[in-house]
Amino acid sequence: MNGKNRKYIEKPIKILLAKPAIDGHDRGIFVLARAFRDAGMEVIYAGLLPTPEEVVETAVNEDVDVIALSLLNGAHMTAFKNVMNILNKRGIKDIAVVGGGIIPDRDKPKLEKMGITGNFGPGTKLSTIIEHVKKRAGEIRKLRENEYK
Amino acid sequence: MVDSFWEAKINEMEKSFKKNTDYERWKKDTLSEWNKKTGYTEKEYTNSSYMKIKELYTKEDLPKDFDKELGYPGEYPYTRGVYPNMHRGRLWTMRMFSGFGTPDDTNKRLKYLIKNGETGLSIAFDMPTLYGYDCDNNRSAGEVGKCGVNVSSLYDMERIFDGIDLSKISTSMTINAPAAILTAMYFVLAEKKNIDLKKISGTVQADILKEYIAQKEWMYPPEAHLRLIRDMLTYSTENVPKWNYISVSGYHIREAGSSAVQELAFTLADGFYYIDIGIDAGLKVDDFAPRMSFFFNSSINFFEEIAKFRAARRIWATVLKEKYGAKNPRSMQLKFHTQTSGYTLTWQQPLNNIIRTTIEAMAAVFGGTQSLHTNSYDEAWALPTDEAVKVALRTQQIIAEESGIGDVIDSLGGSYYLERLTSEIEEEAYKYFSEIEKLGGILNAVKKGYIQKEIAETSYKKQLRIENMEDIIVGVNKYIEKDEKPINILKIEDIAEHNQIRKLKEIKNKRDAKKVRESLDRLRIAMEDENINLMPYIMDCVRNYATIEEISNVGREIFGEWKESKIY
Repeated sequence: MNGKNRKYIEKPIKILLAKPAIDGHDRGIFVLARAFRDAGMEVIYAGLLPTPEEVVETAVNEDVDVIALSLLNGAHMTAFKNVMNILNKRGIKDIAVVGGGIIPDRDKPKLEKMGITGNFGPGTKLSTIIEHVKKRAGEIRKLRENEYK
Repeated sequence: MVDSFWEAKINEMEKSFKKNTDYERWKKDTLSEWNKKTGYTEKEYTNSSYMKIKELYTKEDLPKDFDKELGYPGEYPYTRGVYPNMHRGRLWTMRMFSGFGTPDDTNKRLKYLIKNGETGLSIAFDMPTLYGYDCDNNRSAGEVGKCGVNVSSLYDMERIFDGIDLSKISTSMTINAPAAILTAMYFVLAEKKNIDLKKISGTVQADILKEYIAQKEWMYPPEAHLRLIRDMLTYSTENVPKWNYISVSGYHIREAGSSAVQELAFTLADGFYYIDIGIDAGLKVDDFAPRMSFFFNSSINFFEEIAKFRAARRIWATVLKEKYGAKNPRSMQLKFHTQTSGYTLTWQQPLNNIIRTTIEAMAAVFGGTQSLHTNSYDEAWALPTDEAVKVALRTQQIIAEESGIGDVIDSLGGSYYLERLTSEIEEEAYKYFSEIEKLGGILNAVKKGYIQKEIAETSYKKQLRIENMEDIIVGVNKYIEKDEKPINILKIEDIAEHNQIRKLKEIKNKRDAKKVRESLDRLRIAMEDENINLMPYIMDCVRNYATIEEISNVGREIFGEWKESKIY
């Protein structure tokens, strides 16, 4: 590993937090924003009611490692999928997508299959979520590093 | 110029607290000795508002003018309740917040609840409706009927209330950004059922300030929504006298993470702002203040919640009388609906939620609520099933008819702890009013994101306390069970969305397109003149079956949209 790459790896994890549907329940996402920031990450919040297109656009422009999606309104199966579809259509593989919110157990395997991991429900410890994000960001950085080789 | 009203109040309150020398003596002579002997290390106790809670309260903790501050039920300052006979005269209204799927699904649920003894209706709308989008908008995909019932046009309201007599039961509608449109639909529906508007009663939430603060459902910049509130206020005051044109809401502020004190202070500050709107519109405070209603959260710290409700009444009465010069006692009486806390419901071990809801509902009743919604135990998972919602309703009925809690008015009044807490919460609220005034009023404080940041701060602190086990949540950070079995939950089938879209197409084909266009055009012209009351124009659009999105879009065109200030 050369010095340049090491410097790249040491950059803080950059994460985009988004609620990609018509859902204003932002208590959880604000708590996470603080927690991620306190864990040393660079946090971007997509603001209220972004469309899935806007979420992907922001993620690309800001060059984030991770997109964290949250919905508490039951629309995750549609809205999370929309974000994934756009990522896939644009051929973007080097951004990890994690999810959370009110997600029934039956939906979790389906989301995993789409490539959305975590899918944390209420009561999950912040440390668990932070660890997961770090793990996924690490994978992504390794992937990018390999691409640059 | 800063009005010193709030500062004067704070001074007055601080002077009313005495030094409790007997307590200090007891603490030194007996308690500390005992603790030393038994090896108990003293630790600090707080409530949701991070107020310091002593281990004991005595007579000396009561404020100096205690008798005056307490008063009698039905008399100023209404600390003990707004009615002389409170729950003996009339039980609180059991009003279960309901709505899911299609209007037909919701109609069935409402009738089920009425059959089981519910005494008022309360409608929950889905996200597209709350944001003023039709069910067939791309953005609505996957959300139709999920968080509430979908209403795209008057046709949907006709189906929700099919076979329900609007002159006999009151309805509360939780709708804010498009509140004027849903209110118009309800009024037109009554007209079509040949019911005199003077006879219908109910409440529309319409509290837009707390949307920018907490629930985050808006369509236009604040000034546009505030104008619509003015229009609803003046229209109802004149034409629909039993209609509560606003329900100033702390519920969502609390759910977004605030403390009890913050909930109280920000809600009342919003309320004062709406009073200013009515006065600016040329009305006398006593003409419209009596129909202003409130909506609070009841959370899990029992005494803190009861104290909050009592403090709310005392503050409202005092400020309306002393600052606004109200003369009509009804202007000074703060009447409120309560909902138990959704935030305290846990996803883990959901049956425990029945107990949490019971404690919270009891606090609301001790606190003198006028109406109550009890959450169902499965609501951390999904909208409630028939079975779960019945348990929640039965919880209220058990409190009302078995427990004897409502038999005596303000039965905890006189408790040293409760009285002291009521006064301290009141003082904390006054400190916030003063702070908000220094920031240039509530609207400015909201636009700058000050209120939102205060709430986010409290909410983050709370989460850290849970993580560090300083605050215990049974089943979540203590008494955890592995391998919990999933419970039976309500699933909203996607067919609801398809059906709703089909019905919308049906009504769009049936209606007179020319009439729709003309009424929307008239609304557009009226919107451009700030002095015109828009309610009759919106009612006209609704009558012609213009959709919620078509009507909202006229506003989006004229008023523009709104982006919130950065909180992060």
